[in-house]
Amino acid sequence: MNHYFHSIRVEPAKCAGHMKCLRICPTQAIRIRNRKATILEEKCIDCGECISICPKGAILPMTNPFGELIKFRHSIAIPSPALYAQFGREILPDRILNGLKKLGFDDAQDLALTCGEVSFAIQEFLREYDGPKPLISNTCPAIVRLIQVRYPNLIGQIMPIDAPRELAAREIKRQTSKRYDLREKEIGAFYLTPCPVKMVSIRQPAEKGQSHLDGAIAISDIYGPLLAAMEPLAKDTYRSSLESICILGIGWAIVGGICRTLRLRNSLSVSGLAEVIKVFDDIERGKLGNIDFIEAYSCLQGCVGGSLNVENIYSSHNKILNLIETLEFEKIKACPDIREVRKRFVEKYFFLEGKIEARPLKPLDPDLVQAIKKRKEKEEIFKLLPKIDCGACGSPSCLTFAEDVVRGEAGLTDCPFKYPEKIQSEGSKRSEEPPVPAEVAPFRPQINNKRKRGRP
Amino acid sequence: MGSDDVFTQAFEVTGGDFHKAGRVSIEIKETLQELGISPVVIRRTAIATYEAEMNIVMYAAQGTLHLALSPEAIVIEVFDRGPGIPDIDMAMREGYSTATREMQEMGFGAGMGLPNMKKNSDVFEIISAVGQGTRLRMVFHLGGRTAET
Repeated sequence: MNHYFHSIRVEPAKCAGHMKCLRICPTQAIRIRNRKATILEEKCIDCGECISICPKGAILPMTNPFGELIKFRHSIAIPSPALYAQFGREILPDRILNGLKKLGFDDAQDLALTCGEVSFAIQEFLREYDGPKPLISNTCPAIVRLIQVRYPNLIGQIMPIDAPRELAAREIKRQTSKRYDLREKEIGAFYLTPCPVKMVSIRQPAEKGQSHLDGAIAISDIYGPLLAAMEPLAKDTYRSSLESICILGIGWAIVGGICRTLRLRNSLSVSGLAEVIKVFDDIERGKLGNIDFIEAYSCLQGCVGGSLNVENIYSSHNKILNLIETLEFEKIKACPDIREVRKRFVEKYFFLEGKIEARPLKPLDPDLVQAIKKRKEKEEIFKLLPKIDCGACGSPSCLTFAEDVVRGEAGLTDCPFKYPEKIQSEGSKRSEEPPVPAEVAPFRPQINNKRKRGRP
Repeated sequence: MGSDDVFTQAFEVTGGDFHKAGRVSIEIKETLQELGISPVVIRRTAIATYEAEMNIVMYAAQGTLHLALSPEAIVIEVFDRGPGIPDIDMAMREGYSTATREMQEMGFGAGMGLPNMKKNSDVFEIISAVGQGTRLRMVFHLGGRTAET
């Protein structure tokens, strides 16, 4: 089986088995085993919901520590536009970029301009495109993974234009190596990330061998030092600071930001994994063919909703909107040159460097006859369960528990409703819970036996 | 082959229940994924099942959808107690629809339902009696599987 890199790790020593992650995980990728959370590699799409909800801080994002920059002769910070939404109104991108340089980066580059270029490139692509619709934005790696795992049919509808962070890193590295006569290997490009999943797209890109970025630093890790490093606001610089902001790209930090720039008659913007799943279900059933483009994020409100941000997501969403309004009001339109974008589009500059492949979940059994048998067993086991999804067995719902049992990953005895005596004898925190009523139907052992016989 | 190799499931669909409409096709899709059926076959089955489900919701009082899956094929049978289709040939034409304007505004009734079911299935059979109901049978052959071993 393939090995999947994940940007989320459980610290067993800190995990107290509160099961909050078990319940919130949108892909049912968490199990509690021996009172500790474990993540199922195959199912996890790195959305980061579990990081935010864990009361013990036991689930950690595997971003790079700030000190990693010293590994490179020349280091460059490329902040997600979501970083711009973390500060007060008067702290504008150029001040933030300068602050980053003071923190020790040799250079800090604005990503909003590249976002604007990619908006133009997407427009160009849509103009000629006549394949199945709608096309789906690939900017959120959790969404790309969701499609690989749960909607393999929609892979052909993922927008083949690369994400701005990758294109920017490639371009900046090229230019920097020329200017300072460095090898590209000596240049470290670090994405300042609002969520852990970007780390996955850096360590294990969905489509190509290697990312152009060398690491990702959590916005939450850099926020404090950055706040201290920023210069006080100089007089009469507000207007000139505004002039450096790309009005097309700045909106990429929030849901709807891409669609706003595309001027399409029919496009959708969706955020929050549960909502995205509803929309993808509709696409898969042949609906929404009249929509040209869908921008989808696993985090509510888009990238400002990432679990590694500091500011609350509604304030930061509002901050980006205000900034766009101000730019419109001041009639400042610092945009990329569309003729330049068209030229490079023709040269295939913007396209993904590889193909995204499906990553379908493991079937109940590789052999269809066996799989059918197990599916029936699952049905029978599910009938016996209390169907209250208490999670005490360690699986997120009775249905997933039934599946775990037929897959041989859990035993029916793990259900405290079937085996109340087990829970009482454990002498753990759990045994303080009220005793379980005994009127549930007795366990029918033949199911378990059947399973054993069916297995080699 | 014995019935041991066949997985069956029945779903009740209530006419006029637009809120729950579409659940059956999602449930069937998830079952097919668990069994490792190829994504192409899953997509065709999901689209055809969804159309059949929506036809019950839009036109009939009540209906039942049966799934039978064997190692060779997926068979979907649909029975409904509804108005029936007076002229099946006409209903099979693309763009022909008896949907009300309200239904069309909700994005349904583009006159693609039956043609879509036929297009996506390998076998498509339909019998209808006016005033009684409609019976549908669709078969999807399982050419190959993409299951990982």
